[in-house]
Amino acid sequence: MRPDDPVLEARDVSRHYPVRHVGRRGVVHAVDDVSLALFRGRITAVVGESGSGKSTIARVLARLEPPTSGELRLDGEPVGKPRGQAFRKYLGQVQMIFQDPFASLNPIHTVEHHIARPLKLHGPPRSKAEVHAEVLALLERVSLTPAEQFARKRPHELSGGQRQRVSIARALAVRPEVLLADEPVSMLDVSIRLGVLNLLQRLGHDDGLALLYITHDIASARYFADSVQVMYAGRLVEGGPAEAVTQEPAHPYTRLLIDSAPDPDRRGVLDGGRAERLGEAPDLSDPPSGCRFHPRCPLAMPVCEEKAPPKFSVGGGAGEEHWAACWLHAPEEQQEQAQEQEAQDQHPMTTGRR
Amino acid sequence: MTATDTTADAAVPPARDPGPGREPLLEIKGLTVDYGEGAGAVHAVDNVDITLHRAETLGLAGESGSGKSTLAHAVTRLLRPPGRITGGQVLYHRRAKDGGPVPPPVDVLAMNPAELRAFRWEEIAIVFQSAMNALNPVHNVAAQIADTLRAHRPGITREQCRERAAHLLTTVGVPAARMKAYPHELSGGMRQRVMIAMALALDPDVLVLDEPTTALDVVVQREVLAELVRLREEFGFAVLFITHDLSLLLEVADRVAIMYAGRLVESAPAQAVYHEPEHPYTRGLVGSFPPLRGPRRELTGIGGSPPDLRSLPPGCAFSPRCGHAFDRCRRDIPLLRVPPAAPERLVACHLDDPDGGSDAT
Repeated sequence: MRPDDPVLEARDVSRHYPVRHVGRRGVVHAVDDVSLALFRGRITAVVGESGSGKSTIARVLARLEPPTSGELRLDGEPVGKPRGQAFRKYLGQVQMIFQDPFASLNPIHTVEHHIARPLKLHGPPRSKAEVHAEVLALLERVSLTPAEQFARKRPHELSGGQRQRVSIARALAVRPEVLLADEPVSMLDVSIRLGVLNLLQRLGHDDGLALLYITHDIASARYFADSVQVMYAGRLVEGGPAEAVTQEPAHPYTRLLIDSAPDPDRRGVLDGGRAERLGEAPDLSDPPSGCRFHPRCPLAMPVCEEKAPPKFSVGGGAGEEHWAACWLHAPEEQQEQAQEQEAQDQHPMTTGRR
Repeated sequence: MTATDTTADAAVPPARDPGPGREPLLEIKGLTVDYGEGAGAVHAVDNVDITLHRAETLGLAGESGSGKSTLAHAVTRLLRPPGRITGGQVLYHRRAKDGGPVPPPVDVLAMNPAELRAFRWEEIAIVFQSAMNALNPVHNVAAQIADTLRAHRPGITREQCRERAAHLLTTVGVPAARMKAYPHELSGGMRQRVMIAMALALDPDVLVLDEPTTALDVVVQREVLAELVRLREEFGFAVLFITHDLSLLLEVADRVAIMYAGRLVESAPAQAVYHEPEHPYTRGLVGSFPPLRGPRRELTGIGGSPPDLRSLPPGCAFSPRCGHAFDRCRRDIPLLRVPPAAPERLVACHLDDPDGGSDAT
């Protein structure tokens, strides 16, 4: 395995949930054909709204649920069934941090108990003193000092930020290669978010972990991630270097997402005029044909309704390609085909105007 | 035009008469709210003075536990035990009736239940974060709006109710066809719109919005905000907008007030808060959210942990996290004052205090 190969990779992963309505069966296409690679020392952000499938991706990668189709590869090897030695090893290498630090810690146990448990379950046999020393080292690593004091506390004695740091320390206890962080700061106060994100960034950039940062906040993704992948209605729609995706968004959905974020520099944009109706995300038990964004897209062409767009390159830099799954960015010949079709469909209107 | 020019040239006296645009509507004076009793009581809101002017959008920002929601509940008298209002006044200035004299302001905190019933919805309406919990799941939305109308407008006919509900819903962007929908049949954005429609049913002068868009996705949040801005222009109500999302407030509010540990630490026009935050806490907050556009800038954040109201430090509650704290900060609680350089704002900080050197207290 080469150092710049992905540590963890999802290839065309889909996750469908069966639903049963009265007299009707169907599936919710929570995630469809998502390919994602996580690299050592790199932070990859998956940005999307609620219901876009971003958390499902993290849960599939953490193997909390199986993919309906597609394949996961750890260090280049396809992963097997979720049982036995290999599965245990996988869980030791891929760890997850959840959104709600108030729910992910057990209120009756001390911080030390939370962190010592994975050490006892996964690590080599250690003496009590060794475990204790390791717990303190982990607490220091997540800046919970004095560590001795924090080790004795229970979750209710900690603030949200401190609890999230305990969750991070617990995840680090098994020395994982991959850290999956699902909205790790969205429940925290604004003033302490930065500290937790900086800690995660340090773990990625300095300690060489492969980090997946799931968020709805594209501005934070710009700051803390190297690569940003945008998800819409169960599919990835755009991806590339963080700065390129956020500053020169290529997909109309990414543009919509960025235009919708509050921005003090754009005061007065909301003033005057009727609010634009941007529509809402589709029902994933019956997703739109073709590109899933086409019913809301101001630039939709006929081809968008028919065929799901593949990834088209729109540039690159920082060692990573910038791509968008949008027919607008199809290379010439494919675009010509699309335009021809469009011209045919719109012919009566154009002649009428002339 | 020339008249405004001359007034702009003349030095503005700090205590001038409020102009027509700065007519106070809701004056909160020395409001204190406790949770619990006796020695164990916690001051969730501590001696807060803040004024909402007519047709103004006042943003109230703060972290969890800063007392911003408690303040909203106290102002509308919706506070539940163990919360208790232990001091202060909330003066509501009624509009003069058709050329008559301006009626004296009324203290919301002194109202009896009957007065309160008439005051709520009619003059002040509140929209909460979770529309799902605020709406009744077993009634359709038109019926819930009609309830409000019938309670306040006895004698209103069924037909008038229906018309008004349909009109309100279309005003906030819910298609009239969804009138008979039940809350669970509507999306989060639609439910929040219904809540806003209901709040506007009796054409109130004040709309209190407590984290109205926090549970919504950014795109939907944008739509609801745009709708609110438009409605405000149309109806001219004043808005008390409470949220932890400072970047949102800086975009939509006229003035922003920042709370920390139950106290007001700064209040200033939104642009001033954004470009020249005065209080170190405000500076920290502004430096905590990453900008989406423009050059990347260094994010400073705020060290330490949010305060525990049960054991606040003496002096300024922010002093343990403040990089500029000096002895006086750990001893005296700073009071809100108008900094000499900026008559538009109020800051509660000992830094740059002209009296800072001498121990006045």
